Amino acid sequence: MGSYLLLAWTWARASAQYRTSFAVSIVSSFAINALDAVAIGIVFLHVTTLGGFSLREVMFLYGTGGVAFAVADTLFGNIERLSQHIKAGTFDTMLIRPVSPFVQMAADGFGAHRIGRLAQAVIVLSLALPVVPWSRAWMVPLMILTGVVIFTAVFTLGAALQFLLVDAPEIANAFTYGGVTLTQYPLSVYGDQLVRAVTFIVPLAFVNWQPALYVLDRPDPLGLPAWFRFAAPLAALLLAGCAALAWRAGIRRYRSTGS
Amino acid sequence: MIETISLGRDFKVRGTLVPAVRDLSFRVGAGEFVGCLGPNGAGKSTTIKMLTGILTPTHGRALVAGLDPTRQRKALARRIGVVFGQRTTLWWDLPLRDSFELVRLLYKVDRNRFRQRLAELTEVLELAPFLRTPVRQLSLGQRMRGDITAALLHDPEVLVLDEPTIGLDVVAKAEVRSFLARLNAERGTTVLLTTHDLGDIERLCRRVLLIDHGRLAFDGSVAELRALVPGQESIEDVVAHLYLSSTPAAPRTPRRTPDADPPTVTA
Amino acid sequence: MAAFVLYLRLFQYGFRRHSTYLAAALAGAFTNTVFGVLRAYVLIALWEARPGLAGYTLAEAVTFCFLTQAFIGPMQVFGRGLSFGDRIRSGDIAFDLVRPAPLLAWSLAEDLGRAAYLTLARSLPPTIIGAALFTMVAPVSPWFPLSFALGVVVSFGWRYLVTLTSCWTTDDRGIHTLSALLTMFFSGMVLPLGLFPGWLRTVAEALPFAAMVQVPADVWLGAEPPLQALGFQLLWAVALMGLGALLTVAARRKVVVQGG
Ligand SMILES: Nc1ncnc2c1ncn2[C@@H]1O[C@H](COP(=O)(O)OP(=O)(O)OP(=O)(O)O)[C@@H](O)[C@H]1O
Ligand SMILES: [Mg+2]
Repeated sequence: MGSYLLLAWTWARASAQYRTSFAVSIVSSFAINALDAVAIGIVFLHVTTLGGFSLREVMFLYGTGGVAFAVADTLFGNIERLSQHIKAGTFDTMLIRPVSPFVQMAADGFGAHRIGRLAQAVIVLSLALPVVPWSRAWMVPLMILTGVVIFTAVFTLGAALQFLLVDAPEIANAFTYGGVTLTQYPLSVYGDQLVRAVTFIVPLAFVNWQPALYVLDRPDPLGLPAWFRFAAPLAALLLAGCAALAWRAGIRRYRSTGS
Repeated sequence: MIETISLGRDFKVRGTLVPAVRDLSFRVGAGEFVGCLGPNGAGKSTTIKMLTGILTPTHGRALVAGLDPTRQRKALARRIGVVFGQRTTLWWDLPLRDSFELVRLLYKVDRNRFRQRLAELTEVLELAPFLRTPVRQLSLGQRMRGDITAALLHDPEVLVLDEPTIGLDVVAKAEVRSFLARLNAERGTTVLLTTHDLGDIERLCRRVLLIDHGRLAFDGSVAELRALVPGQESIEDVVAHLYLSSTPAAPRTPRRTPDADPPTVTA
Repeated sequence: MAAFVLYLRLFQYGFRRHSTYLAAALAGAFTNTVFGVLRAYVLIALWEARPGLAGYTLAEAVTFCFLTQAFIGPMQVFGRGLSFGDRIRSGDIAFDLVRPAPLLAWSLAEDLGRAAYLTLARSLPPTIIGAALFTMVAPVSPWFPLSFALGVVVSFGWRYLVTLTSCWTTDDRGIHTLSALLTMFFSGMVLPLGLFPGWLRTVAEALPFAAMVQVPADVWLGAEPPLQALGFQLLWAVALMGLGALLTVAARRKVVVQGG
């Protein structure tokens, strides 16, 4: 933890100092990610509800999923570059240092520009907050926290997969970026089988969907038990455990580069 | 300081297991200076990576500074220094000085001790002129001196170097050699290096390990190595003869089996 | 004749260079397919609420969605520059600019080779899997391959300009992001341009980005008269290439004559 902060701070300082267009990268990351929000706006020019949810409600889902993802991405998203580090041989270097390679990967090249994505999601979420009744507002910070854990675990699983598929790191994008795209819309628009898969296999449904059913007081289209709405922390812990095991197994199987 | 017991590592290449290192057993005592020779692809780098915790062995085990490199990687990292001649452990885009600062943070080296150690190393290795230069702009010789410094800032007991003199000019080579010799003599740091440069071996190493096709083919002094091939003038010829006569199918039995208790030089 | 052989070689070179990254291309195809499935469900929800929106039937909207995913590889919809961008940064571009073969034609041949490979590795999988999972419509127009190829050429023309701007800027990331933003949004990647409100739709349909994704997809769907569609694409292809040729002359003056 301490090492992470120190490393990240050193990197952030370096990135602000040595990279000229620091502001450009913040704005870019903001704008690129805001495209998804613009798309939602355009969709709602043609309909008043999507999958049974109003614009504000969809924005609430987009905002909670987006903030959770952006925080996970800002803090740990850099581990998706594992295969680059493996190929360049820099992962070897991380293994000879007395700090967990996970922490080193996450902090490596930390740039504050990653907050562009966060800013965009925070704006959408704050616009959506009026749909949250006071009595259920306590769930919002909790769901964001569990969302961060789930997305961090997904990032880690994606990275662990790269130990096996060094030449195909893009496979992880389907789960990380695909994951956040999934959570931008109510799961009621997706097919039942897909929803079951993201409930029981890769528990992305717990990032915002299940807790939001509670916050917005909606019935579950699949008729899953009501306690699922409060099960997000459990799902997050289970997934985090799997991710930690996969990461360790990956390091044991790590084969370096032949040079 | 370093001990390996039937150490081995296989790589799966297109479905078949290919041994890179097999049945490697040797011991290096505290304060020794050991050189590791072997033809390309012999398994030297693989051995070094297993000793430093980068690769998990598939057979046998290793102990470095009394620690298991795989299971106690982090604890070991504080006690050893590692240098790879073929690539850098420094941060490519940062000035040398900032790389050292990151190393300090990673190893949690006390600020005062860090300053003192860096000042010493800066003087001995003459780093001052390029401390503010980004690593990518350094010449190979400058970078290597930077890498060696980074590996020593936390005062390791053991220094492991994989081809530290590769690509260096005669002067730079001589500087690195005399630095390593001093480090070993004055601080008693145990040094294990691999090299293709027999000058390194002759000038520095009291003991030579010859690795061939992943196995230990020889373990002894330079004089003993010369004696293996009588009638050859230069050590180059001796080593070339040994490399040429090696065959993968029937690995030679070591002409001189490693001592149960290798001669240790106490510092 | 000799020129033809040269460009054929370059085409093959571009094809082969990318074929060494088969695993990466298949991983990309997998990701594109996953995104296709997610987007398709959103469009299905939208079209079930508003059948016939933008003139598409439900099956046509789903087809559009998987086609856009299939176009990502060959058209480089995320707006990444051409491979000679690195050579501009290293200064090696000077050698390329004084070659007897023009940089524009040279890199076009190579980029077409790249696109040909990615069509096989990254376009076919999302299209086939999409058709297996959802109801899609088959291409009605024989002009589709031509329209697809023109889409690649327009995309090349745009990326050529974007890449060359690096000769004048020290930090090109801003330009590249802007390019990615414009291409993704105005090509039809994010949503079919027919869903855009009034004036935005008019603007979007006139820009070159429409020629990369929206127009070839419409030719597949038979939603636009083929000759009009091809004419639009051809116009932009010629315009961008012409600009590219002019900018190359300026770049040569800047880099070779003035020495960077
Ligand atoms: N990551 C890897 N995957 C597959 N094979 C590998 C890998 N690393 C090493 N090898 C193989 O293991 C053998 C030993 O390689 P190693 O790098 O240890 O040799 P070396 O003695 O350091 O050679 P050199 O003198 O050329 O540096 C070689 O046959 C090599 O191809
Ligand atoms: Mg080696």
